[in-house]
Amino acid sequence: MKVREIAAQELSSAVEKLFKECNYYIGDDIMDELTACRENEDSQLAKDVLTQIIDNDKIAADEQIPMCQDTGMAVLFVEYGDRVVVDGEGFDAAVESGVRNAYVSGYLRKSVVNDPVFDRVNTKDNTPAVIHTTIVPGDKIRITAGGKGFGSENMSAVKMLTPSAGVEGVKQFVLDTVRYAGPNPCPPIVVGVGIGGTFEKAAQLAKKATFRSIKTRHEDARYAQLEEELLGEINKMNIGPAGLGGKTTALGVNIETYPTHIAGMPVAVNICCHACRHKSVEI
Amino acid sequence: MKRINFPITDEQLLSLSCGERVLASGYLYTARDAAHKRMYELLQNGEKLPIDIKGQAIYYVGAAPAKPGYVIGPCGPTSSYRMDKYAPSLLDLGLKVMIGKGARGQDVIDSMIKNQAVYLIAVGGAAALIAKSIKKVDLICYEDLGTEAIYRYEVEDMPLITAIDSKGRNIYVR
Repeated sequence: MKVREIAAQELSSAVEKLFKECNYYIGDDIMDELTACRENEDSQLAKDVLTQIIDNDKIAADEQIPMCQDTGMAVLFVEYGDRVVVDGEGFDAAVESGVRNAYVSGYLRKSVVNDPVFDRVNTKDNTPAVIHTTIVPGDKIRITAGGKGFGSENMSAVKMLTPSAGVEGVKQFVLDTVRYAGPNPCPPIVVGVGIGGTFEKAAQLAKKATFRSIKTRHEDARYAQLEEELLGEINKMNIGPAGLGGKTTALGVNIETYPTHIAGMPVAVNICCHACRHKSVEI
Repeated sequence: MKRINFPITDEQLLSLSCGERVLASGYLYTARDAAHKRMYELLQNGEKLPIDIKGQAIYYVGAAPAKPGYVIGPCGPTSSYRMDKYAPSLLDLGLKVMIGKGARGQDVIDSMIKNQAVYLIAVGGAAALIAKSIKKVDLICYEDLGTEAIYRYEVEDMPLITAIDSKGRNIYVR
């Protein structure tokens, strides 16, 4: 079997580019929805808040500066082809180099501390990243990466529902989580929902869901309908842009699912602010 | 739109009502989680704060680094509720204006009414736009905290919204 070598330098440069670009350039899916929602708002304050956000995102792109000061903790979903060898410093080290270079040379904020409870000393280069790797057949590496801000991360939740809770239980937990978050996660938000697997799998799926375009729907029509229904319900809450009231509380709801245990139905809700930043690359 | 100045006068402060939008100019201090924790611990130990906050405004922010040619990097508000534990002690010392985003706890609101203070918000995530209203940045103390250090900003026409006024009327309660 032929093995493909990828230079660590090539990988690290690709990662650096992903993090700079996702922080400077908001996705078209988000920009289109912000613009459409502004038209749809009745309240002048809601319209004005959305205008500030749209103007902000244009300034960031034009001037190549981050759209938000919280440029996030670096999160990567990697599909690693089983016929790839990363030459040189190795895969994880090359990714960390890319993150370091992006945050240092891209004027991104360094927001990571070395220890969660006791030391809390800034690592000064935003490493380490959180890397989720899956081994897939092939000779390529596909990476989807994003900077996850913590205003919204802090409003996320996991609940171990049991099978009898059914779809109504899922709905209630998602809606309760969004209602509780209120104005804090910088609405309008993107809601990532992970259902199934185990405790940690559900959380990972929820994060993965926020890294999907809000213009895509779940491939199973029942979940696609649930995404639409939840979005409709959330936008009736009158939380609104910046939490000041209005019809635009969420821009999208994305669900990811996985088989689960006969006794369980884990559900995770990962909330992302309107600066829902992610970019992908294939190497 | 109403224009206000920092440090704010009592007259201007009392005139602000919930939901009112303002353009703020003048000087404010920045402080977020780590700086608040340090100031709170000083007060717990009966020590003096490194800044005189009487009559001042504090903006909850940790800016991104400035690109060459820029005064400051993007600098939008951070979530204010994380400062709720520390805010009443600062309000008791005469802090008049808090600027951040999101809801506040009842203890903070009670202390604001008692001490006649206001809570203003900026739009979360409008960081590149807000940076245009910052004209000068001086490091004041806690340099080791990096983005979380205490800075003084000179601001001009910074777009803000009165979220909780001095009578405790709250924009988030609808």
